[in-house]
Amino acid sequence: MTAMAPEQQAISRQQVEDFLYAEAALLDAWQLDDWLLLFDEDTKYEVPCNDAPDGDPSCDLLLIDDNYVRLTARVARLNSRRAHREYPHSRTNHQVFNVRLLDASAGDISVTASFTVWRFRAGRSSCYVGRYRYRLRRGDGGFRVALKRAELDMTDLRSVADVAIIL
Amino acid sequence: MSTGIDTWRPQEAEVPPQLPIVDDDPITERFRVHRSAMTSPHIHRAEVERIFAKSWLYVGHESEIPKPGDFVRRPVGGRPIFMVRGVKTGTVNVFHNTCTHRGALVCRQDSGNSKVFQCFYHAWTFDSEGQLKGVPHRDAYAGGVNFDELGLKRVARVESYRGFVFASFDPEIQDLPGYLAGAKDYIDLVVDGCGGSVEMVRGTNQYSFAANWKLLVENSFDGYHAESTHDTYFKYLVSIGTDLGGGVSGREVDLGNGHAVIEYSSPWGRPVAKWEPLFGEDARAEINRLRADLVARHGQERAHAMTEVNRNLLIYPNLIINDIMAVTVRTLYPTAPDTVDVTAWALAPTNEPAPLRHRRLDSFLTFLGPGGFATPDDLEALESCQQGFASGGVEWNDISRGMGRIPMANDEEQMRAFWRRWQHQMGTAADLAGAQ
Repeated sequence: MTAMAPEQQAISRQQVEDFLYAEAALLDAWQLDDWLLLFDEDTKYEVPCNDAPDGDPSCDLLLIDDNYVRLTARVARLNSRRAHREYPHSRTNHQVFNVRLLDASAGDISVTASFTVWRFRAGRSSCYVGRYRYRLRRGDGGFRVALKRAELDMTDLRSVADVAIIL
Repeated sequence: MSTGIDTWRPQEAEVPPQLPIVDDDPITERFRVHRSAMTSPHIHRAEVERIFAKSWLYVGHESEIPKPGDFVRRPVGGRPIFMVRGVKTGTVNVFHNTCTHRGALVCRQDSGNSKVFQCFYHAWTFDSEGQLKGVPHRDAYAGGVNFDELGLKRVARVESYRGFVFASFDPEIQDLPGYLAGAKDYIDLVVDGCGGSVEMVRGTNQYSFAANWKLLVENSFDGYHAESTHDTYFKYLVSIGTDLGGGVSGREVDLGNGHAVIEYSSPWGRPVAKWEPLFGEDARAEINRLRADLVARHGQERAHAMTEVNRNLLIYPNLIINDIMAVTVRTLYPTAPDTVDVTAWALAPTNEPAPLRHRRLDSFLTFLGPGGFATPDDLEALESCQQGFASGGVEWNDISRGMGRIPMANDEEQMRAFWRRWQHQMGTAADLAGAQ
């Protein structure tokens, strides 16, 4: 049997789920340098404001709108001892479910999923709830992230204070 | 949720506090604030009555409701309020958000456009000017329904300055321009620097944290903490090619009535109109054009202030306008002595060219907001202070920095201006000799 080119192979939901679970595990283990390796250099990591979940970074205010350079800086910051809000680090638990492949026919793969991210630090617990939107690319032996967007369902950030962790 | 508002009662004749919580000693050049100002529930209740019920409070910006019937609702001074542009008059109305019948909220969406506001409980209906228009089955009221008396209740005073709408629950308060005093000129600098017309960008930062609100007032214009607290932000600037050589230098000004500002030059770029590597090479020409335009319209000196100089402005008691790497407008309200609700927006020139708007937002969220490289660390610092107060042993905070010299941008004269006004308004409610 002739091997198919990667873009011709059918993608299963399980493959995507395995990838997302592995990504979540890296975040929970604070292995941020390894986590960053999952991202392509033209990637985006976006978190819109609670009152504008459809926010467009070119004209609306977002909470986070990282290109690869700023995402790298975010990781460097969180790895340092000078990101005071996250030194020492929170314990987090990134939970991913309701995974759906919207379009896996060709090129980038569009994925949505629900998430809850629990964050525990200094006796306080907070919980982020929302929807992930991913654009994944087929890469050597897995996927690469072209876009990760976390749209929050909470109406505001009053219960969680900030988004200093990576969702 | 409780609004923390007590029933108003008349205050006894004012005598000066014997042991003021704000210890202002020009002889020894020492300025201290007793930490009970940040921890006491009595102080908190007195602030609600004596400060938040007696000041001009920021409601919103006229650009949020451009068309007749446009409305936004939000808490102001802890009370649910809504602001609507009247369909008949075109003016900005600010109402208490409560049905005059039995109390339910009449505006139950955060924003939108509507000609009528109907209370869903018994379907009493009001128009955008507050006039009562409909009462179902009104024949049941033997004495009739007085439609003129039962309109929506307006907040006692509403005025706006350069599009910033303020309201006060105190009918006797002085007019807004007099209240704003020296802060007016700084609002002018922000608005004129944006070409004379500004708007709020879509997308709101609404967050809360566990510290006293006055710690965030101090932090919002504290030049002293920037270098130590925000090291990771400055490292990021260096990594993208910013020259930190010039550092931060400038001055602070007491603007009267508790308002104050720090103004200073800084290494970071400003969307209007100081180019920095963060904006990218292709933005250079456009930013230089904006700058030339401001010089032509306002002269060299004022244009310099608009383009090169940063402003962290406090409009007493709880509005911050920081014209820094972007412009943020931020209000604070204490829901308890150790909890503050923050609501913040990005302010920008109306019809700003798309590439510049994008760069402005980029510049904003790198530093500011709950996901930025700086704000979360400020929250950590302020919560850390609040936790430190609980340790006891130390009674006073020291805010003496820069006394006895012309205050520089990393001194604390701007905080002293706030605290002096705060003590004046609190009077005997902030007296260590009294019941705490």
